[in-house]
Amino acid sequence: MGRKLLLENAHIEGIRYYDTYRRNGGYAAAEKALKSMGPEAVLEEVKKSGLRGRGGAGFPTGMKWSFIAKPEGVPRYLVCNADESEPGTFKDRYLMEFIPHLLIEGLLISSFTLGANACYIYIRGEYAWIPDILEQAIAEAKNNGWLGKNIQGTGFDLEIYVQRGAGAYICGEETALIESLEGKRGNPRIKPPFPAVKGLWQCPTVVNNVETLAAVVPIIKYGGDEYIKLGTGKSTGTKLISACGNINKPGVYEIEMNISVEEFIFSDEYCGGIRNGKRLKACIPGGSSVPVLPANLLLKTAKGETRMMTYESLADGGFATGSMLGSGGFIVMDEDQCIVKNTLTFARFYHHESCGQCSPCREGTGWMEKVLKNIETGKGKMSDIDLLWDIQRKIEGNTICPLGDAAAWPVAAAIRHFRDEFEWHVKNPEEAQRRNFGLAHYADPLPVAATV
Amino acid sequence: MVQFSEEKLNKVKEIIARYPEGKQKSALIPVLHLAQESFGGWLSAETMDYVASLLQIKPIEVYEVATFYSMFNLTPVGKYLFEVCQTGPCMVSGSDNIIEYIKSKLGIGVGETTPDGMFTLKLVECLGACGYAPMMQLGKHYREHLTPAKVDEIIAECRAKAN
Ligand SMILES: Cc1cc2nc3c(=O)[nH]c(=O)nc-3n(C[C@H](O)[C@H](O)[C@H](O)COP(=O)(O)O)c2cc1C
Ligand code: SF4
Ligand code: FES
Repeated sequence: MGRKLLLENAHIEGIRYYDTYRRNGGYAAAEKALKSMGPEAVLEEVKKSGLRGRGGAGFPTGMKWSFIAKPEGVPRYLVCNADESEPGTFKDRYLMEFIPHLLIEGLLISSFTLGANACYIYIRGEYAWIPDILEQAIAEAKNNGWLGKNIQGTGFDLEIYVQRGAGAYICGEETALIESLEGKRGNPRIKPPFPAVKGLWQCPTVVNNVETLAAVVPIIKYGGDEYIKLGTGKSTGTKLISACGNINKPGVYEIEMNISVEEFIFSDEYCGGIRNGKRLKACIPGGSSVPVLPANLLLKTAKGETRMMTYESLADGGFATGSMLGSGGFIVMDEDQCIVKNTLTFARFYHHESCGQCSPCREGTGWMEKVLKNIETGKGKMSDIDLLWDIQRKIEGNTICPLGDAAAWPVAAAIRHFRDEFEWHVKNPEEAQRRNFGLAHYADPLPVAATV
Repeated sequence: MVQFSEEKLNKVKEIIARYPEGKQKSALIPVLHLAQESFGGWLSAETMDYVASLLQIKPIEVYEVATFYSMFNLTPVGKYLFEVCQTGPCMVSGSDNIIEYIKSKLGIGVGETTPDGMFTLKLVECLGACGYAPMMQLGKHYREHLTPAKVDEIIAECRAKAN
């Protein structure tokens, strides 16, 4: 059994409530941070831990915190990104629903470190029942002296507020989130200036993911040195993975970043193998934005090494033969699944979610959806496959925010690894309506190291 | 006339107090949620103008926002809104069949409302319940692991509640 840091106590009955959480060691890290460590020491510990942002980009958290501007007399803000809208991702929801105090404690320690006296949790609007849970936890924490004025007699003040979004994936992007929090449309801002300098209401702001902020608690509790003992290389500590698709045991798992992808999919401790005795065809390991991999490249890298559940190993081979850990949204597809159709749902998703500011993203996503729809419904031409390739290339890198890239990558990877399946759709338009292309060679061991 | 109750007005005040002085525009999305819940599940022009006056912002600032976010309904919807997820992870777990089943059971297409004004079917993108697919949102909560039998139960439950 891997070590758990975030979900260590998740099974304890009543852990959602303050008394149980406190009785099981809750708020001990906050006490340590506020009373005996001080902001600089906490920042050092977070840096030492190697914690990387769990929202998708994997940026080192300690470094991000050290960038926050500290102009005299200007308030600073911590914003917790609970927008969680990347298809395949449902881990933050689990933390907030079941162990809300872990997040509140993480927000307290983090706000203290950054010198922020107000913190906003921006939660996707569809998670409509979770704000009640969070607000109850906030009220309990306040009644017990962990929020409000002069927390635990240290002179530090903090208020935490929950703000609901209203259905817009783009509001997960940090500057769009800030715009939304200001009561506007979620249009990403042009950077620089970065939020660390000019964020919410033009004040220095740090935006971090729910899981990132919760992970600060065990880091302070056990120390950064203990944290890096878990995991491998630059993938330190534990990561929540939300596993879904055609597996026996979908759900949220906390893994030490030192297990193989194969173990994660097939062992009973995690996904429990492919459902209905089917074979593994493909997997999108880090949320809809990251490249899809066929089974053979998923379990082993192109060099023939075992692929591990780490930032580095999942990215091994670059986009030619690798993918990304991303948000930890792990989507598994069995032999009956159609890559073209799945890619179409993603293209439709990005088209729907584009904020419309940049023409390559606004037009390109719509165009990709249309072309994919033609191919999927038997109206495609061979030249459409090249057209798709061309469109995605013209979006990538030419937009204000990374949503454009996020829309382009899944299409590129699908064509790169499953081109024969696209061609089959074009050549067999009627048959493609009745059955799926199946496994082809995708699940076979790689004969030789693939070339770029 | 569109008018919040005393209790809701206090809630609006409480929301505005979360932000620094002069930043009450930040309350817009929370107040629009409150308005949609209070005034029939959708936002009419009258409702939006009312929200603008409460927050002392221009009506256009409210329209801009209301049209951007997919949770705000700009036309009337049925008493019960079925928002079924259709994105990849749900699709590979059988959401197509559930959508077809709901359509035939209620006799409506996507975006339509039953003649008695009870049910509206809307397709939505990933709601963060991919591991518990197929799923839909119904009001404040999610209904997960949907099967035709479960859909029947939900429909019966809504009908019973409405009577
Ligand atoms: C289109 C788009 C959507 C995003 N959605 C989310 C999200 O739902 N949750 C999240 O934490 N980060 C999301 N991000 C990443 C954020 O911009 C930001 O990097 C993150 O909140 C930083 O926190 P972290 O360093 O703790 O990961 C998204 C980014 C983009 C470009
Ligand atoms: S890339 Fe797309 S989502 Fe991002 S700012 Fe441009 S149009 Fe908006
Ligand atoms: S894809 Fe349906 S909830 Fe995520």
